[in-house]
Amino acid sequence: MKYLDEFRDGRLAQGLAARIRREIEPERRYALMEFCGGHTHAICRHGIEDLLPAEVRLIHGPGCPVCVLPSGRLQAAINLVERERVMLCSYGDLLRVPGTQGDTLLKAKARGADVRMVYSINDALEIARAHPDRHVVFFAIGFETTTPPTAVVLRQARREKLGNFSVYCNHVLTPPALRALLATDLSSSPQEAAPRGVGGVDGFIGPAHVSTVIGTRAYEFVATEYRRPLVIAGFEPLDVLQSILMLVRQINASEARVENEYTRAVGVDGNRKAQQWMDEVFEVRPSFEWRGLGELPNSALAIRPAFADWDTERRFAVPAIQASDHKACACGEVLRGVKRPEECKVFASACSPDHPLGSCMVSAEGACAAHYHYGRFRQAVTA
Amino acid sequence: MCLAIPAQVIELVDIEHAVVDMGGVRKTISTALVDDLQIGDYVIVHVGYALNRLDPEEAAETLRLIAEFSEVANHEIPG
Repeated sequence: MKYLDEFRDGRLAQGLAARIRREIEPERRYALMEFCGGHTHAICRHGIEDLLPAEVRLIHGPGCPVCVLPSGRLQAAINLVERERVMLCSYGDLLRVPGTQGDTLLKAKARGADVRMVYSINDALEIARAHPDRHVVFFAIGFETTTPPTAVVLRQARREKLGNFSVYCNHVLTPPALRALLATDLSSSPQEAAPRGVGGVDGFIGPAHVSTVIGTRAYEFVATEYRRPLVIAGFEPLDVLQSILMLVRQINASEARVENEYTRAVGVDGNRKAQQWMDEVFEVRPSFEWRGLGELPNSALAIRPAFADWDTERRFAVPAIQASDHKACACGEVLRGVKRPEECKVFASACSPDHPLGSCMVSAEGACAAHYHYGRFRQAVTA
Repeated sequence: MCLAIPAQVIELVDIEHAVVDMGGVRKTISTALVDDLQIGDYVIVHVGYALNRLDPEEAAETLRLIAEFSEVANHEIPG
């Protein structure tokens, strides 16, 4: 496919890796965090870590919306579909994420609940139009990439005065999560202290498609306030390698700038129309719980009062559920980049994609599932 | 989750919908978020929505830079 195949050229990738190996300074360490699950998946799938010198270490960040959804919010959806007899539409990954005590939407479906997997929120809207006698809830998750379509559909539902449709809003925001990661432990110099954890992150690979919506300007604080370089990168292997080279060059020069490798889709301002519609439909929640990161201020969106009739949390009682994760599960540490997936006690033993104990093993973009699927952990075991 | 696929607009259905070609697969998508699309434009498609246009000149420039930095003898720019 045009704009995919040419950015997967193996020979050019080898050449970029050779350039990176030549430009690294042997006494330095380069700990780079890819925020976004799409990058995590691309890095594991294309074996990018195998091309890099030992001095460059990639840390998987928390940018997988399925992974950071706290199990209490998921259990609330299971309770809703079973108690209120609604029709619940969801993106596929969410169906297998464990709520409390290992329950999932898929198990609820097996018990008779009306849970449906959709490709697009538009499909949920169509289902609501086709079933005026049923209430249809769309389980909305995702970062700024996925939020604008939800805004479009909420505007449409209000225009149509569609009374049997609502959205269970779990949309989260990228910049506040980045800020929380940066604020965790930056008191110490990244070069000498904290080899593990965000305090030791020397640079960030910035999200691809989130950035098409919010633009490069949204990341300036990373460079100005926290003195870390950030390079926005596309999801193809050449994009990732090129962005790593750009980060290595900034780190070598002790620079901290926001750069854009993904110029074919990302501009300084992002998609203004999408931003405007998101602002019309959503407001920022004062606080929201992220799995692994805890309560983060101003980090998620709620539906504005003007759209209250289409807000599941206003239409139905959706009580907040405090749920703790499986005791052996290290998803929290994996999401903060403190632990690698293979360092979790249950990785690839009790926890696997067929029987996930934690959310990072569910989504293909979760760090654990990506490591599991592409066999990166086997090399770590035999090395 | 944030995966999005490049696709070419091949038919404008109405002001908010277009048919796109994704590597041979044709699909009707919403174009509500991107104004003034023309037939032949490339867009990034996510959950049935065009999120933004792809800029062919920027894509070519990125490939040119990658080829320049890549240490491959006698390389050619693919695509």
